[in-house]
Amino acid sequence: MGAGANGGKSIGGVVLGLEGISLAFGGVRALQNVSFDVREHEIRAIIGPNGAGKSSMLNVINGVYHPQEGTVTFNGVKRRDVNTHEAAAQGIARTFQNIALFKGMSVLDNIMTGRNLRMKSGLLAQAIRIGPAEREELQHREAVEQIIDFLEIQAYRRTPVGRLPYGLQKRVDLARALAMEPKLLLLDEPMAGMNVEEKQDMCRFILDVNDQFGTTIVLIEHDMGVVMDISDRVIVLDYGKKIGDGTPDEVRGNQAVIDAYLGVSH
Amino acid sequence: MKRNRNLIILCVGLLAGLIAPLATGASDPGFYIEVLLGGLMAGVLYSLVALGFVLIFKASGVFNFAQGAMVLFAALSVARMAEVMPLWLATLLAVGIMVVFAFIVERLVLRPLVNQDPVVLLMATLGVTYFLNGFGQTVWGSDIYEINLGIAKEPVMILQSVFQGGILINKDDVAAAIAAVVLVALLALFFQKTKTGRALRAVADDHLAAQSIGIPLNRIWVIVWSVAGVVALVAGVIWGAKLGVQFSVSQVALKALPVVILGGFTSIPGAILGGLIIGVGEKMAEVFLAPIAVKAFDLAGGGIENWFAYVLALLFLLVLPEGLFGEKHIDRV
Repeated sequence: MGAGANGGKSIGGVVLGLEGISLAFGGVRALQNVSFDVREHEIRAIIGPNGAGKSSMLNVINGVYHPQEGTVTFNGVKRRDVNTHEAAAQGIARTFQNIALFKGMSVLDNIMTGRNLRMKSGLLAQAIRIGPAEREELQHREAVEQIIDFLEIQAYRRTPVGRLPYGLQKRVDLARALAMEPKLLLLDEPMAGMNVEEKQDMCRFILDVNDQFGTTIVLIEHDMGVVMDISDRVIVLDYGKKIGDGTPDEVRGNQAVIDAYLGVSH
Repeated sequence: MKRNRNLIILCVGLLAGLIAPLATGASDPGFYIEVLLGGLMAGVLYSLVALGFVLIFKASGVFNFAQGAMVLFAALSVARMAEVMPLWLATLLAVGIMVVFAFIVERLVLRPLVNQDPVVLLMATLGVTYFLNGFGQTVWGSDIYEINLGIAKEPVMILQSVFQGGILINKDDVAAAIAAVVLVALLALFFQKTKTGRALRAVADDHLAAQSIGIPLNRIWVIVWSVAGVVALVAGVIWGAKLGVQFSVSQVALKALPVVILGGFTSIPGAILGGLIIGVGEKMAEVFLAPIAVKAFDLAGGGIENWFAYVLALLFLLVLPEGLFGEKHIDRV
């Protein structure tokens, strides 16, 4: 049991297991033999100095990168080199460090794209809006409205996302990921570049998502205060290697971690 | 606000140019309408080719230089196959060929070049253009071929009671216009109302984000190139039936460039309206403006039709760079 904010919640079995992951880009070894697991319903943080391989790790999990060595087990199924869209179909959603929204579309349309995988009606039925397709569209619209309420972005439904301020764009990014109703949610620096208030809001949303939807969350974050507050367990990477893994308290006391962050004289 | 002002000025200018010949009495109404219709017919074809550009640009950010070559190749396929089989079967097979072509382009060009600079992709489509033009000649030959739609070519006289001398129109032109309207309506439904349409728009904005929400990029590309191929086929058949299938058909792509500048690179309605404006504009300029210019400046005359579209496009680039309906953040062109 972690020392996270909602220490009372029940954490289940392993959802995602990574075993001996190694990833290299030519001579650059981004990840070296990294293993860890993520349990159901927990908030798992990945921290580390710049260039430690945090984003690479996230990219391995959702299939953007294919590791040269190691295995990824998701939902009990060992998988080999899935594509990003296949990972999405399996229930892995993510947000991006540099917001990657569909700038030409409204907030609503952006979030609706998150429902794409769940829409079943045929092309023709959708085009002419006959019975079942119409119902389906409405049903998805309702789910999206709930997420809009949840993240408190009602006022911006019809606004093209490109016009929203940064903090709100981050929120729409999260909304789109939530619209997929993912089993596993990957957040790449959800609070980067935010002011204190925005950070507090985002923290609240992340905890609420985890709490109300039971979504398992893996997040990368630089703000140590935030990480230590909201995560159940923390992995520390440095130069592509795992140097620490445990509850926030354990990690805080880990000498290797302190050295990595503060630097040591060799 | 400056954009709105420019837009209004441009629209007023275009409208003024449109009604000037009639208002000044330079033309009798019957003849004027004939010129107008002729312009609209040409415009429909420009629209169709421009539509192919816009489709691919929207979905992959690629400016597909090969659209003209695709028009020619599709038309050649239909014309040559129709020599040994019924036209409908030849058309159906040609659709199949364009879909196969889309698969090949995705596999051999787009996939290896994913996330490259738009310039790199533009160059790649330039390569595809030359390949396709040459390959088309190798497979189908380089003569002028006919497509016979089975519609009488002689013009019909209508509205003789309203206008003196009536109005001459071609039946095949009317058929072409109807075919184009139906095609455009189908595409509009497809893009606005289906999840594939939404996926296409998503892919156009951000490849990585689209993939992360479960949109298979490669399949989307095949779909959009197939659709562009079918649009090229329709344009090619209409054009070929009118003027014969020959190499010059591929040059119509160059006329589609000013059309997309006018309409905006990302807008389907823009491509349609842009095509019509250019089609009508150049006909009007040729028929009504040329004689005035010849008289005023003692010129040899003629040829306005050839450069009018580009001057108009230049004007738009200067005062309304995103076109009539384009998105404002054009950063890729």
